[in-house]
Amino acid sequence: MSEETSALPAYIPPKARSLFEPHRLFLMAVFLVIVFCAICFMRWDWLPRYGGRLAYGVWQTLLMLFCTAGIGFLLAVPIGLVQVTGPWPLAWLARIFCTIIRGTPLLLQLWLLYYGLGSLFSQYPEIRSSFLWPYLRQAWPYGFTALMISFAAYEGEVMRGAFAGVPRGELEAARAFGMSRFTMFRRIWLPRAVHRALPTLAGETVLQLKSTPLVATITVIDVYAVISRVRQDTFLTYEPLLLLALIYLCLTGILVAGFRLLENRIPARGA
Amino acid sequence: MTDSAQAIEVSNLHKRFGPLEVLKGVSLTARQGDVIAIIGGSGSGKSTFLRCINMLELPSAGTIAIHGETISMKKDGHGGLMPADRRQVQRIRSQLGMVFQGFNLWQHMTVLQNVIEVPVHVLKTPKDEAVEIAEALLRRVGLYEKRDAYPAFLSGGQQQRAAIARALAIQPLVMLFDEPTSALDPELVGEVLSVIGGLAREKRTMILVTHEMKFAREVSNHVVFLHNGVIEEQGPPDRIFGAPESERLKKFISSIH
Repeated sequence: MSEETSALPAYIPPKARSLFEPHRLFLMAVFLVIVFCAICFMRWDWLPRYGGRLAYGVWQTLLMLFCTAGIGFLLAVPIGLVQVTGPWPLAWLARIFCTIIRGTPLLLQLWLLYYGLGSLFSQYPEIRSSFLWPYLRQAWPYGFTALMISFAAYEGEVMRGAFAGVPRGELEAARAFGMSRFTMFRRIWLPRAVHRALPTLAGETVLQLKSTPLVATITVIDVYAVISRVRQDTFLTYEPLLLLALIYLCLTGILVAGFRLLENRIPARGA
Repeated sequence: MTDSAQAIEVSNLHKRFGPLEVLKGVSLTARQGDVIAIIGGSGSGKSTFLRCINMLELPSAGTIAIHGETISMKKDGHGGLMPADRRQVQRIRSQLGMVFQGFNLWQHMTVLQNVIEVPVHVLKTPKDEAVEIAEALLRRVGLYEKRDAYPAFLSGGQQQRAAIARALAIQPLVMLFDEPTSALDPELVGEVLSVIGGLAREKRTMILVTHEMKFAREVSNHVVFLHNGVIEEQGPPDRIFGAPESERLKKFISSIH
């Protein structure tokens, strides 16, 4: 047995490579040439005219993202929790909710809400005359609701796993020291579960960012809608889309960096 | 006076898991300053007994009193018992310092945060006071330098010493140890035992479930040998280990050595 193991070659970790190795320098040069060509040979003269609208669109996209992710997560916590520890009717309800929402396309849900529910609402004079109507006749409440529900369902599943994954012993220690159930949840179970789920939540939030352009299909003006407008006005194809890709890339980078900061507040062993 | 001098009084404790009866009527009295070691083979019910004292396991029958206060129980409808008053159980638990086999430190908190957690959020001690007590305790278990480390970065022995500091921080009436060294590498057992030994010498009331026979003999003043859910034999350590009477205890002790 020992002979066998000694016969194996020792593991040599790969060398940390320098940033300035030849093949990397070459790739960087290619990239720079592409960027240079994009700037010099493509048309960007429309950019100043749409600067304000683009900023507004980015703001709308971010607003949509943070509101839906924030409120969706607040819903996800009880949805995850009841599936782990709740009474069975609630657990079943949560499970059915997650299955239905995760099992159908977000675009479909969005359209069902906007074209279905939206047109249904307008048939009832009671609703048309209520104080909610000024909001319900707009598109964004439907976009917001669809995105929020979707986030709640996906994160509900994530939180279910995170709650179930907190070691039983740590919860038992909390009980053994006389914590009430609520204190235990607030001080031990929830923070521990959220911390475990953070890497997944970061990925899901990035996915949510990239789901937001769907609301443009129901006339909400986000950054994608602004870019579509640019394409219609200028008959340009690539330039606006390249800019859009760059904008989403930057937003994603910022999100990921933000989540990394949160994760690093509690150092993980071996990280 | 006789009541309050009795730190723990357990009488006729039964515990059933389905058809399996793990405890078949165990009674035990711990006076203040007693160090009671509970020994026995695996499956003898010794951990279950300890966990019943602070209601981590609900007994099927029997009564438990801490400092003369009986934990009030009611029938749960399935032939077992459940606490009649959850607040009473929580209050009593917060007076019992439990140390687990698997440490069970809260991994998202530093060592110091682990130690002040219960004083601040359960016992409502002012935070600066709790920190002061906690730092003194951490000095005592030799972890003051590690107070800002997270448990994942500590060795098993260090984690268990932190867990002991956490249990001491609530200024418990009784310390309960559930096989505190069983999950440790052999070279780390000593540091934990020396901390527990120090507590025993200052006459803290303790109940200790352990496999460390030599240690049990040194620190305890009363040894209980559990076998198949009943107390087979009990008495002062020198008699239990030096002149065991029951056949099973003789066999058990000879199998250990």
